[in-house]
Amino acid sequence: MDMVIKFLVAAVLAGTPLLYGTVGEILSEKTGHLNLGVEGMMSIGACAGFMAGYQTDSFVIAILASALAGALSALIYALLTVTFMANQNVTGLTLTIFGIGLANFIGVMMIAKSPDGTLKLPEHITAAMRSIHIPGLSDIPVAGPLLFSYNPFVYLGILIAILCGIYLGKTKTGLNVQAIGQNPAAADAAGIQVTKWKYINIIAGGAICGIGGAYCSMIINGGVWISDNVGGLGWIAVALVIFASWRPTFAIWGSFVFGALRILKYYIPQSVFPFPIAFYDMLPFLITAIVLVISSIRNRRNSNMPEALGNNYFREER
Amino acid sequence: MNKHTKEPLLRTVKRAEMGNRQILILRLLAILLSLVAGGIFILCIGYNPFVIYGTIVTGAFRSAMAVQATVKIMIPLLICSLGVTLAFKMRFWNIGAEGQLIFGATCASFFALYCSNWNHVVLLLVMAVAGIVGGGLWGLIPAFFKVKFNTNETLFTLMLNYIAMYFVSYLQDGPWRDPAANGFSKIQRFDANAALDKVAGIQCGWIVALLLVVIVFVYLKFSKSGYEIGVVGVSQDTARYAGMNVKKIILKTMFLSGAICGLGGMIQASGSDVTLTMNVAGGVGFTAIIVAWLSQLNPFVILIVSFLFAVLEKGSSVVQSSFGLSTDCADVLQGIILFFILGCEFFVRYKFVGRSKGGDK
Repeated sequence: MDMVIKFLVAAVLAGTPLLYGTVGEILSEKTGHLNLGVEGMMSIGACAGFMAGYQTDSFVIAILASALAGALSALIYALLTVTFMANQNVTGLTLTIFGIGLANFIGVMMIAKSPDGTLKLPEHITAAMRSIHIPGLSDIPVAGPLLFSYNPFVYLGILIAILCGIYLGKTKTGLNVQAIGQNPAAADAAGIQVTKWKYINIIAGGAICGIGGAYCSMIINGGVWISDNVGGLGWIAVALVIFASWRPTFAIWGSFVFGALRILKYYIPQSVFPFPIAFYDMLPFLITAIVLVISSIRNRRNSNMPEALGNNYFREER
Repeated sequence: MNKHTKEPLLRTVKRAEMGNRQILILRLLAILLSLVAGGIFILCIGYNPFVIYGTIVTGAFRSAMAVQATVKIMIPLLICSLGVTLAFKMRFWNIGAEGQLIFGATCASFFALYCSNWNHVVLLLVMAVAGIVGGGLWGLIPAFFKVKFNTNETLFTLMLNYIAMYFVSYLQDGPWRDPAANGFSKIQRFDANAALDKVAGIQCGWIVALLLVVIVFVYLKFSKSGYEIGVVGVSQDTARYAGMNVKKIILKTMFLSGAICGLGGMIQASGSDVTLTMNVAGGVGFTAIIVAWLSQLNPFVILIVSFLFAVLEKGSSVVQSSFGLSTDCADVLQGIILFFILGCEFFVRYKFVGRSKGGDK
């Protein structure tokens, strides 16, 4: 039982960066823009958040910096694909290569400048990121550790996902945004400001991805900077969007399921299931591929995929 | 237009066709601007951009050995760029060159490890065929699901990259693990018999790569199949109306696209690494997409651009040893260059019109 709770808690922790990436990407894809730059935006956010935290020792500033950096990198993507109508796949991919390169580059440079050759977050900020402990609530058996034992990122992520779910599904603006993703020409004709809302959603999505990156650099490695700290999570997030069928609230459990897949290898004894470790590493990608195929076999009407996903909108061609 | 909304300050309209000369000037301008932007970046981190750029260029050419190393970097990049070009011409978003390269290399490695006593030439030929078939099949999987169920190929090929990578990880931890490596999980070095020979001091993959440039060019430009790829890329409906078997074309082209990348994998494993590692592709499959796009899918331009990218990469490693800046610098610069080129393509086809000038309504 103890083991099960431990496993579930670890799954939530491993799934949290995926949650940010997935929700951010959903915002972008809902306007019809498939941004393959999630990995890059997360890397840039990871770098900005870590360096801001390292310099200022403030958790809030670190989060804001990572969101801002993520937003700025998404702005590059938005500018190129919305205004300049560049190919979305290539632009996103370039953003990924650029973002990872930039983050690693700055990391190496900062390490060279640091006195002891490593970058470690200072005391104060590490304390702010520690798992919460609410006297009474956190001590309840089972529910305590499962609900009230995480670091602030986890709660912020779930909050953002729920807010985005309400925004897209329940507000007028959100429904307008969905209309843009379905058919930008029709949305435009209905008086929706297509360009403006594309920009807003893509940039907001980038900001959320950036915070997810900060989780990778500040939490996963215990507050020590290492290169490539996002390590492919951004790509899984892109895939998770399909798994969550473009719904931010589905992304919550979706990312926790994928978090569980990522840590499964530490919890399943080799004596019981003698699968090779590489199989567990492969699992999230294998399952995503299977989900992709299954969701395409099922009637496409049932899928929530925005109709205009991947196509740029040129007003004069409608 | 809706009366309640104001006319936007700037609007986008299609422009008259540009001359080739004008387009070239525009692109060169974009590259120049990107170098300026990269220079500003270098300046921001406290270095002299002229010194860094100078070091990159001289670093890649300072000795015969440096040039050989540069060409060695270019080989897999060039081959993969040619591979993805076939798919991209068809508007099939093959992001899976990385996986196709890895799987091709894996299939070739099987023969390198277990048939190393064969005749040298026969062994290398069999390895090349294994690489071609392996990469081709890895490319065929997403194509099959695309034509059968319209499965999104961008994401599917992406997932296959990781599946191939962890498959190698499985092999090096398990069945192909080198028992002599003192507990390290790695695959043993290939027998010299399974290594590609050197020509002019560089593994002979460069000759294959150059041949492929010509072959892909001729295939796309002069063969019936190449023509069909172009038509499917422009409009599948048109292709169908003209009586082409679109599904067959997609399957065939993706097999070829993957096959070329797979051959690149065999060449990288056998010629450069002389073993198989998880890093056999090392991001080349992704950079290849940038190269292919920058080159407008023209094989000869791909040759030039992949060489320049190799210079950038080799030069960055010299910058690393001389200034202590990480080689990630190359990725940053590549990204900046492509951002500018992507932006510049807009001005080839469109232009902005101001509110006052565009008073046609």
